[in-house]
Amino acid sequence: MTRNLIIGAALSSLVVLAAVMSFVWTPFDYAALNIPDKLQPPNPTHWFGTDHFGRDMFSMIMVGSRTSIAVALVAVGIGMAAGVPLGLTAATRKGSWLDELIMRGNDLVFAFPSLVIAILITAVFGAGAINAIIAIGIFNIPVFARITRGAALSLWEREFILAARVSGKGAARISVEHILPNVANLLIVQGTIQFSLGILAEAGLSYVGLGAQPPTPSWGRMLADAQTMVSFAPHLALIPGSAIIVTVLGLNLMGDGLRDWLDPRLRVARS
Amino acid sequence: MTFRSVILAASSVLAMSAGLATAKDSATFAMQLEPPHLDPTSAAAQAIDSVVYLNIFEGLTRFMGDGSIAPGLAESWEISDDGTVYTFQLHDGVTFHDGSSMDAEDVKFSLDRARAEDSTNAQKALFAGIESVEVIDPLTVKITLANPNGNFLFNLAWGDAVVVAPESIEDIKTNPIGTGAYTFSEWVQGDRIVLERNPDYWGEQPALAKATFKMISDPTAAFAAMMAEDVDAIANFPAPENLPQFEADPRFQVLYGSSEGETILSTNNKQPPFDDVRVRQAVAHAINREAIIDGAMFGLGTPIGTHFAPHHPAYVDLTGNSAHDPDKAKALLAEAGLPDGFETTLHLPPPSYARRGGEIVAAQLAEVGIKAEIINVEWAQWLETVFRGKNFGLTIVSHTEPMDIGIYARPEYYFQYDNPDFQSLIETLNVTTDPEKRTELLQKAQTIISEDYVNGFLFQLAWPTVANAKLQGLWVNAPTAATDLSAISWTD
Repeated sequence: MTRNLIIGAALSSLVVLAAVMSFVWTPFDYAALNIPDKLQPPNPTHWFGTDHFGRDMFSMIMVGSRTSIAVALVAVGIGMAAGVPLGLTAATRKGSWLDELIMRGNDLVFAFPSLVIAILITAVFGAGAINAIIAIGIFNIPVFARITRGAALSLWEREFILAARVSGKGAARISVEHILPNVANLLIVQGTIQFSLGILAEAGLSYVGLGAQPPTPSWGRMLADAQTMVSFAPHLALIPGSAIIVTVLGLNLMGDGLRDWLDPRLRVARS
Repeated sequence: MTFRSVILAASSVLAMSAGLATAKDSATFAMQLEPPHLDPTSAAAQAIDSVVYLNIFEGLTRFMGDGSIAPGLAESWEISDDGTVYTFQLHDGVTFHDGSSMDAEDVKFSLDRARAEDSTNAQKALFAGIESVEVIDPLTVKITLANPNGNFLFNLAWGDAVVVAPESIEDIKTNPIGTGAYTFSEWVQGDRIVLERNPDYWGEQPALAKATFKMISDPTAAFAAMMAEDVDAIANFPAPENLPQFEADPRFQVLYGSSEGETILSTNNKQPPFDDVRVRQAVAHAINREAIIDGAMFGLGTPIGTHFAPHHPAYVDLTGNSAHDPDKAKALLAEAGLPDGFETTLHLPPPSYARRGGEIVAAQLAEVGIKAEIINVEWAQWLETVFRGKNFGLTIVSHTEPMDIGIYARPEYYFQYDNPDFQSLIETLNVTTDPEKRTELLQKAQTIISEDYVNGFLFQLAWPTVANAKLQGLWVNAPTAATDLSAISWTD
């Protein structure tokens, strides 16, 4: 285990823990307004202070992590569920019209600036967490399709695949039984990275008001609300900003660490 | 040269440059919304009036900064004893910006155009009582009304009633030609509108030679532009939380005024369960106005209990009818057959009074069991869905037209309040000229809508203006949408 992996996993699990905890306990009701107590800096009662409506920021950050994780997780799920089969299929028919169709289609999606299209999707179909998930998910598809195809292509040249083919297994069966387990490591690493990008994208969409709608807390919207108050209540921006940084940094470090740890070639070198 | 004389010399240089700075004769005003076009007589958009009213276009009468009505293009007038015939004497020597002279024919044309069948005027009701407009001589106009109208001079002061030139109508939306002290210079879409002093103005020459209206929609950008002194004044500053910072800074002044904006929780009176007065009353008692004013507006705003401006002499304080009382709200809901509350929608347009106020209202309604789903909308979408489509449960909006209690007499108006008693009351009011009688009727009207809980009455929108400390003559209050440039100047 590398140091990156340990630090990354620690930061990430902190966030996941906060999200899980928020289902059973938060210090205060995250939605309870208490206007006389507004804009308090962090103190022993309100650990992260209170926002402009007097809501407890710590509770909001906890519940907000739920929104971030849920959106990013489902978006990565969509990307994997659609992207991996597409990549595997393209690899079985390398150079065919099908391969071309899938990969050029992916290039097309890839060519769009993802956040701008996500804004378009939510603007047309309405703001909300579900549409944000779909918008972010669509742009995860080509990422997973490409990485799967690339890895699968090199595997198709290997002797053990040749052996499987000789034994009469079809392309689909080989893809699932032999190729997929061998690209799984790569997918896990990429999934971690995409997860962190998903959290950033969710924060971005919420910031422009197109993510989860109030009163559901969301880190991005907390940042947007803080905008005009930064000069006299900096904690309003610093706290959700730090939450995003910790999460994204943690996931990236973890992805990096996982890659080193799971890569068979590096593993050989280590032993 | 001694050290002392160096300092003296340096300070005199400073004094000179300061002297040059005060010779400034232009000013930049920030606006949040860009006008759709520049014809005040064919759209309701307040942004149009903020630029052109009084500056480019003038009417027979005009609003003053304190809300009173003063002579405009009409020098004087006579009202017949029965109150139905108004004879206006026009100012001599008034010319339009294209050089043609302004006379009685232009007044007739403007009023006939505004009240015509196919007119696109946004406030046609202002002219509804006019029976005929006659030209007596080039400087005299006679207007005959069907019934006496105590508000007629007030109606003529609106931006929707300005005098336009017949030959300029074609291009009025992009090239407005009026009689005002400023001429239209240029409009860079999405950025700015520039007006220049009209050297041929019939009245006194104003101090500012050039005025720029800069479009800045984002509150953060408005704050930054003001702090950097890129703009000289922002009326209706969009972020009340930033006002203390401007107040603490000697470079700026903050004027706390009041607008004509009754900010209300508009309720769809035709949509169940809001067609039941008990449900509307429950909503009214669920709301805590103080918390909304404090939380959404940082304390700026006056609570209202009806649709009427508190600074108006005829105002009655009816906030007691809808005092914050969650238990009573719950009891009323149970009485109306909704002990577990109900679900509805809350459409919120972009201004912070709506977006922030809406979050607070939703939380307060939740306390009595009413689940209001927040739907944030842009203005275009709000007009489409809520205002025209009437497809909403609740919405928060500020009604900024002055003296607009008459909208409650229009059953087709978007909140769809239909009360024949109220409608006949307003009809009586419209033909009443006796000031005491009018006050009495106005107070009765306020009481009816308050006791019918037509809408949730929240607060009168404040009108904070942030300006450079050296700029003087700005309107403190906003009796109508306007930037009266001729009153504005730089101090030494």
